[in-house]
Amino acid sequence: MSDAIRTERTRLAVAGARSVALGLSRQPRADVAKGGVFLALLLLAVGVALTGLVLLLADAIVDGGGRFGIDLFTEKASSLPSRAGFQDAILGTLWVIGGVIVFCLPIGIGAALYLEEYASKERWWNRLVEVNIQNLAAVPSIVYGILGLAFIVRGPLDLGFIVLAASLTLTLLVLPTVIIASREAVRAVPDSIRQGSLALGATRWQTIRHQVLPAAIPGVMTGVILAISRAIGESAPLLLLGAATFVTANPTSPFTDGYTTLPVQIYNFFARAQEDYIQLAAAGIIVMLIVLLAMNSFAIWLRNRYEQRW
Amino acid sequence: MLASSRPGISPSRLEAPSRRLGEKAIQGLLGACAAISVVTTTAIVISLLGPSLSFFGEVSIADFLFGTEWSPALRPQSFGVLPIVVGTLSVTFWGLLFAVPIGLLSAIYLSEYARPRVRRTLKPLLEVLAGIPTVAIGFFAFSFVTPALQEVWPGFLGDEPNIFNALAAALAIGLLIVPIIASISEDAMSSVPSGLREGAYAMGATRMKVALRVVFPAALSGIVASIVLGVSRAVGETMVVLMAAGATPNLTFNPVESIEAMTAYIAITGTGDIATGTLEYNTIFAVGLVLFVMTLGMNMLSIRLVRKYREVYE
Repeated sequence: MSDAIRTERTRLAVAGARSVALGLSRQPRADVAKGGVFLALLLLAVGVALTGLVLLLADAIVDGGGRFGIDLFTEKASSLPSRAGFQDAILGTLWVIGGVIVFCLPIGIGAALYLEEYASKERWWNRLVEVNIQNLAAVPSIVYGILGLAFIVRGPLDLGFIVLAASLTLTLLVLPTVIIASREAVRAVPDSIRQGSLALGATRWQTIRHQVLPAAIPGVMTGVILAISRAIGESAPLLLLGAATFVTANPTSPFTDGYTTLPVQIYNFFARAQEDYIQLAAAGIIVMLIVLLAMNSFAIWLRNRYEQRW
Repeated sequence: MLASSRPGISPSRLEAPSRRLGEKAIQGLLGACAAISVVTTTAIVISLLGPSLSFFGEVSIADFLFGTEWSPALRPQSFGVLPIVVGTLSVTFWGLLFAVPIGLLSAIYLSEYARPRVRRTLKPLLEVLAGIPTVAIGFFAFSFVTPALQEVWPGFLGDEPNIFNALAAALAIGLLIVPIIASISEDAMSSVPSGLREGAYAMGATRMKVALRVVFPAALSGIVASIVLGVSRAVGETMVVLMAAGATPNLTFNPVESIEAMTAYIAITGTGDIATGTLEYNTIFAVGLVLFVMTLGMNMLSIRLVRKYREVYE
């Protein structure tokens, strides 16, 4: 094919394409206008959501910024709002959440491993477990509070209003989240890794322990971080579990009777409906958001470390 | 099922040398972890049903479900649950009225319009919103939304909002639900095969038509599931209604009035000192049972819808 013919054909093709494109792009003006209005609407919606977030943060900072200071971390609750801080509540949160981590990590990962590696979907009991987990994920948190009150604080376990009861209740609350996220991480491990390990003579558990689990850990960690963040901010069920009582001492063990947590203390101060206390509550919200940010950053750092090792 | 084969052993004896009891024990242990979910559900049902049954021994179910007066703490006591059910439904309705359009339009923007870089920035920001503790959102509703509403309230809409009102709580809960609706709907829209979009473009459809007439209907069951999940979340939300909507059982859908939601009732009553086993104490469980049944029903619906939509393109 000579150059002359090619250029001639190319020119023809380009001209044809251009005329078609011109015809297509000449949309009716009404359509162009509608498209513009629609895009504006979409941007407006995203803008409203983001404005809500910004206003929420700004409101807490404006209301509580003046009260924010290092004494919030060094002072405990007090009947004088000017001398009150969140030390006991922060320590309470750490004790409660420490317990949640101790319980929900092994149980959550264990359940995820069972469902992904062992369970056969043909068995009715495995399907029952799956439906249960999906439903539990959507049960309102206050219902877990009722469960904790009836089964853990009183009733069969009869632990009383102690830190451990709160840890156990919140564990049940976040378990579905941990299990669902861990399952996804376990499922993402390629089958070839399992087959390779089994082919070398490893048993099923050796394969899981040495191949599947290390590969899935970063994903599992992400799920656990999300779940723990939720547990840190959770307050509704704890109101029923004795965290709302006024205490002025730091918790010292999982069996401490009379504790409070950061979000519950924020609610308590808020509920007193006095200017000084509402200011204190806003400052507490800033503290809570900082604690959440710090713990999330730590967890992300931890996850990256694991990822490098793999 | 795993065989460690050694030379000289005939295929019929390709079995593990031991019975591998350790392996079985581990499987049992992991299975027990999974079984905790069933135990939890059972425990929830028992803990709700037990006290509820003794409650319904004293109050008839019809009086409870259809009574219009809720005053368990005052004498004469009255146990008509309708005012607090309507309180919950009112907050849910007004909240969804705000959250559904905002959430869906955001989802369309993220899935169909936003460049990958914009999407990578916006999605985590929305997730931050979803991760903010509800006590902070309740505080926002009381200390910002209500005063702002009172400030801008136009006269023709009638009385301005009470210091505790359903509308502020609803808007704040809406803000909480927007990320849920946006993120699940966005997932549903993104998983619509691009062939459908390209086909529509080839027919000369505009971007808006592709988004609204092709992608949106194809993702509809996922979108509906996200809304159902949002409703279930709004019904179960406690702190926001507790802090901003008030504690006045009020049989009204008027958003400017103070109301009491079911969750707020449970929280207030459960925090106070009531003797175990009294009729008033048992109301917590009866109201909890109503709440549980409502959210369970919606969740079942949502699971079914998601399953249906998964079947379409897999």
